[in-house]
Amino acid sequence: MTQTSAEAPVAGRDRDGVARRLAADLRDGFVVNLGVGIPLLVPKYVPADVEVILHAENGVLGMGPLAAPGQEDPDLTDAGKQPITLITGAAIVDSATSFAVVRGGHLDVTVLGALQVSGGGDLANWFVPGQNPAVGGAMDLVAGAREVWVAMEHVDRKGRPKIVERCTFPLTGRGVVTRVYTDLAVFCIAGGELRLTECAPGITPDIIAERTAAPFVQDLPG
Amino acid sequence: MIDKFRADPLAALARIPSGATIAVGGFGSSGRPDTLLDTLCDLDRRDLHVIVNNVGGDFTGIGRLLAEGRLRRITCSFPVLPDFYTEYFAGRVEFELIPQGTLAERLRAGGAGIAAFYTPSGAETMLADGTFPLGYDGAGDVAELIPAKEHREFGGRQHVLEYGIVTDFALVKAYQGDPKGNLRFRLSARNFNPLAAMSGRYTFAEVEHLMETGDLHPDDIHLSGVFVKEVLLRSELSPRLPVGRLS
Repeated sequence: MTQTSAEAPVAGRDRDGVARRLAADLRDGFVVNLGVGIPLLVPKYVPADVEVILHAENGVLGMGPLAAPGQEDPDLTDAGKQPITLITGAAIVDSATSFAVVRGGHLDVTVLGALQVSGGGDLANWFVPGQNPAVGGAMDLVAGAREVWVAMEHVDRKGRPKIVERCTFPLTGRGVVTRVYTDLAVFCIAGGELRLTECAPGITPDIIAERTAAPFVQDLPG
Repeated sequence: MIDKFRADPLAALARIPSGATIAVGGFGSSGRPDTLLDTLCDLDRRDLHVIVNNVGGDFTGIGRLLAEGRLRRITCSFPVLPDFYTEYFAGRVEFELIPQGTLAERLRAGGAGIAAFYTPSGAETMLADGTFPLGYDGAGDVAELIPAKEHREFGGRQHVLEYGIVTDFALVKAYQGDPKGNLRFRLSARNFNPLAAMSGRYTFAEVEHLMETGDLHPDDIHLSGVFVKEVLLRSELSPRLPVGRLS
């Protein structure tokens, strides 16, 4: 794997491109929770004929864009404590009901960043040993959402694969990830099997294989 | 006659002793009962076990309790404040880290008379396998671990056993309250407040507006006054960001 880091970076999708690609898979009426990072770029790429309800862990169903400067309301924030707005038709619930939405099968998709994803769908995204631990709602979201979609860079800053045979960082959940969207590829995970379903424009399966540390099945269209 | 309004926070909260277990509402500074938390500091209470979602980002609210060394243990999901970790690693405060949805449900369950429940959140992770440090000794070594949680399979998936939380006291914040203790919250400042209130055996509510009995329509009451013992007006001295257009 150290050879990988010496190679010139390949040009796949940029961060907005990953968000746009993921947004194309959202269906009308989905209830969706977005984590930090690339997932927060998703709302601006939701297709015009698709309406999704954005959920925030602190009890918001129907989150709108961030509040404009001067328009902030301390009683209205997202789960990252940022001042937000509501869409028309939004609803507020308490934290227990908010997580009843999550665990009760009422949240269609949670979109999250990741430190590592294993080929079997294990996710590590909450804690880097040696840093300060905090979990928030991450473990509830991955345990409860009907689908867990990861949006991330295919390799880390040092060029090491983030899709691995076995996670070395502490797990957020075991066997929970159902899709992975990266700058290079789209994967589906079902029944413990990692399937490559799409290569980014200009990217070949070989390029993906060189940067992926877990075996996968090719399930490409055509 | 039921009249739960109290004018003097110092006199009201004097019944909370050092060593108490206290559930606190709020999500960051949103919906946090700052007047009641400041009063707890002014009363010089110590050795407190606080159950709250966040420590917060500064030295107001829970952060003030921490800065003044009044905490024995925090049960929370997302501390934020770097100084909290300094205290934790130095062995001066214990840290029970639990998933946010589990925290909410544990408070709700405790208040609802449910002793324990199984949830998939955290199953097969270090928050459930007995490897996460609850506290450190003064020399940088782990003094105690969060105990391993019982795992059990339901429908082919692993779940963990979590216990309802019943606290000695709860401190919550609401937008409006009436003499019966009925509360109405505002926007996402609701968050953990109703759940903390239910968990407390003796709950204090800090409100922005004192309403007359009957001013709150029964259908618009978010939390019945049966869960609330005393209602106090939020002090204008408490930290408060400017209110925006939805006020």
